[in-house]
Amino acid sequence: MAKGIWVFIEQSKGSIRKVSLELLSQGRKLADEKGEELAAVVLGQGVGALAGEAAKYGADKVFVADDAKLASYSTGAYTSVFAKLIRENEPNFVMIGNTAIGKDLAPRVATRAGVDVAIDCVAVEPDDANYVTLTRPIYAGKAFAKVVSSGARPVMATIRPNTFPVSEPVSRDAEVINAKVDVDPADLRTILKDLISQATGRPELTEANIIVSGGRGMKGPENYVILEELADCLGAAVGASRAAVDSGWREHKFQVGQTGKTVSPTLYIACGISGAIQHLAGMGSSKVIVAINKDPEANIFQVADYGIVGDLFQVVPALTEECKKLKA
Amino acid sequence: MNIVVLVKQVFDTEAKIVIGADGKIDDSNVTLIMNPYDENAMEEALLLKEKFGGEVIAVSVGAAKAQETLRTALAMGADRAVLVSDSAIQPASDDFAAAQALAKAVSELKPDIILTGRVAIDYGSKIAGRVAEILGIPHVNTITKLEVEGDNAVATREIDGGSEVIEVPLPAVFSAQKSLNNPRYPTVAGIMKAKKKELKTLTLADLGLDATVTGKMQIVGYSLPAGRKGGRVIPGEPAQAAAELARLLRAEAKII
Amino acid sequence: MIFELSEDHQMMRKLARDFAEKECLPGLEERDEKEEFSRELFAKMGELGFNGVVFPEDYGGTGADYISYAIIVEELSRVDASMGVTLSAHLSLGSYPIYKFGTHEQKMKYLKPLAEGTALGAFGLTEPMAGSDASGTRTMYVDGGDCWILNGSKIFITNAYYADTYVIFAQSDRSKGHRGISAFIVEKGTPGFSFGQKLKKMGIRSSATYELVFEDCRIPKENLLGKEGEGFKIAMNTLDGGRIGIAAQALGIAQGAYEAAVKYAKERQQFGQSIASLQNTQFTLADMATQIEAARLLVYQSAYLDSAGKPYGKQSAMAKLFASETAMWVTTKAVQIFGGYGYSREYPVERMMRDAKITEIYEGTSEVQRLVIGSQILKEF
Repeated sequence: MAKGIWVFIEQSKGSIRKVSLELLSQGRKLADEKGEELAAVVLGQGVGALAGEAAKYGADKVFVADDAKLASYSTGAYTSVFAKLIRENEPNFVMIGNTAIGKDLAPRVATRAGVDVAIDCVAVEPDDANYVTLTRPIYAGKAFAKVVSSGARPVMATIRPNTFPVSEPVSRDAEVINAKVDVDPADLRTILKDLISQATGRPELTEANIIVSGGRGMKGPENYVILEELADCLGAAVGASRAAVDSGWREHKFQVGQTGKTVSPTLYIACGISGAIQHLAGMGSSKVIVAINKDPEANIFQVADYGIVGDLFQVVPALTEECKKLKA
Repeated sequence: MNIVVLVKQVFDTEAKIVIGADGKIDDSNVTLIMNPYDENAMEEALLLKEKFGGEVIAVSVGAAKAQETLRTALAMGADRAVLVSDSAIQPASDDFAAAQALAKAVSELKPDIILTGRVAIDYGSKIAGRVAEILGIPHVNTITKLEVEGDNAVATREIDGGSEVIEVPLPAVFSAQKSLNNPRYPTVAGIMKAKKKELKTLTLADLGLDATVTGKMQIVGYSLPAGRKGGRVIPGEPAQAAAELARLLRAEAKII
Repeated sequence: MIFELSEDHQMMRKLARDFAEKECLPGLEERDEKEEFSRELFAKMGELGFNGVVFPEDYGGTGADYISYAIIVEELSRVDASMGVTLSAHLSLGSYPIYKFGTHEQKMKYLKPLAEGTALGAFGLTEPMAGSDASGTRTMYVDGGDCWILNGSKIFITNAYYADTYVIFAQSDRSKGHRGISAFIVEKGTPGFSFGQKLKKMGIRSSATYELVFEDCRIPKENLLGKEGEGFKIAMNTLDGGRIGIAAQALGIAQGAYEAAVKYAKERQQFGQSIASLQNTQFTLADMATQIEAARLLVYQSAYLDSAGKPYGKQSAMAKLFASETAMWVTTKAVQIFGGYGYSREYPVERMMRDAKITEIYEGTSEVQRLVIGSQILKEF
């Protein structure tokens, strides 16, 4: 008999990533509604301490798989351990953050568990017949599909970061279950040869609260420094439109849009971005959109909450100055 | 070296999505293209072929129309193509079934390397990991570099905040990030030759599968995002407008 | 009768459209502003097989039909009309006469690099006193024994200066009228062959247009194209085909302006509604769409006839006449829909309107097309 709601815990430098806290917070609400328990699944090495943290955000139970083989993420070892836990414990619903790791892990685990997985969900509603109804963007957010898993359990979903708020931590105890780590040798065929950190010192685009983004209007790669200055004052990530990436001004990993990253920050500041349909698809779910563009007819103004028609090379530095004043 | 490239036919990125009277996505006035990331997978396959020789086979699951996308793959330089087309599959959205069908079709081709895009831009499909799982072989996703050395491959993959260099034994599945390469255009000569190349169409039954692999998850409704309305344009000289914007973001939107 | 493009043709369209949007569009405004020709883009088109698309593979081409060619010129011109005419002048005027009238040796030496895209071609017929009337040619040639010697000048020569190979028309005896005209293949760099003024143009400003000057220019005997005295026939035959290229260029310009106008009309708000919701705008857009579709049918029909080896002179004249007048009308209306912004260089329709005008003039003015059509229909009736 399947039971419980699970959240896969992603960690970074010894603490739980924000998206996993979001899922725990939402999982708690759902578990209460369903009258079921919420379990966190922690994989890694020396990660025992995370169990207590997971409990604070709502977990009744924490599965901890602590092993050197899990020290850094690998598709094979993580799939092996996670899928075995699912098979043995038969949860009803499994939520994973839609991060680089989540997107890699979830399809593989689901396939091994013999179920499908809904990717990048932005809403989870309890549903008596199908346990939950999931809403996921399709065409990069130009439309949404509601999906259900009619028979098979667990229902699996990856959830977009910033979809749910993180609840206030409360003091609570959770049962810690040390999971046996025996990785199928067939899952250990990949060797991590090198890990290259390209930290910008700024938040990840997909998790950032504020994004400052530049398009064709930036006129060249050298001008992004004015966006970076504003971003650093705001604690924001720096994004780019496809036009800017296609022109070779920014790396593709900074591209926001249908063929780049889909983001939903609290504040998106679009500078010199016309607002092509594929760009809007990638950032249209931002809570507040600011557009700075010299063309008053630019599409971006039709979705912007605040717009400034003007030269971004004057407006952006002025905004940075204002930001510094507010911080001072 | 045998290289299989999994390609998907999707709506053009500039396509406007319309929900028809039947409540489904209307595909009647939409330009269809090869999934952009699959173009990178095709390019990588062709580069490998140029280096090591062998055959590049494009494989797709889709409606009959998906032949067009396979013809594009052939025009880019694929040697032959296989389309799995079956009315029992909703190929755009049923990733579970598509993966089963692709894995079956692919296993018969005995590839050394399977390449595909990191995601399909229509239903956000992530087929690579599923196919690898069914075939029981490794998968490296979101790769930005691929080097083959004997029976192994070394791939660089993008992760949050950096990248990883991963070595895997072949056969293996790799899913392409856009920055992997710069996909070539098909050429006029390639287009002329494409129609003479083999394009085989298979059903689920031909692959020894039946409809039980389909519909693990079902779409029960579509909706369009709530339309955003343009807000207010802040007038004034740059410095003045910027000051007003900062004030509004703090006082009204309560963000900064 | 089949009114649908084949799968091949649709793929050619997608290819040409992708190329135009990804390769020609960036830098287009700057090239127009600075009147800069891009040899680099021409070379890239060569790699894709555009530059010799209709010629046999043996001569470096890809063996596709004239509909493919028309589609490619149309799609280039939809974005960048200068690139459209560069290809049209190169293929229809600079390369075709060598293919049609050249010897095997001439084809291997000159057509192959032209078709493969490593060489650029041009066509020198027009002179100050010989525009629409080729029989007024005053560039003279004499038999110099072991060579031909050319003297005279040509004007308004598209692709000149950058082109490597020129098909040049010259007269041996003015009393012979057009029967005295012969055609020659002249290589860039031949002593006595130089370039005069660059023409400063209203539109298609990133296509190159120069004067050619011949001063005792000695050309090898084997570079006579066809026989002596066949020049006029070669020129007329070439211009019949050239009209398809220019008609396709005009069609592309019209299509580009129409799409820009529809997009703008849907975005632009006036009196609390988009201007597209005004009936007046809708009527204009409907007329644009209808004329463009009619032009397209004429262009493809003449391309089809050419590929099928059937007479196409009248149809290509009709296609060129109708498509070029459609381009002028559509671009003018597009500027009107954009209003003040349409007159500004910030928006593309201003350039499109400037580009459209030349299609009513070069390779036979609209008046000449009417003459061609008129004389043909009276013969047929």
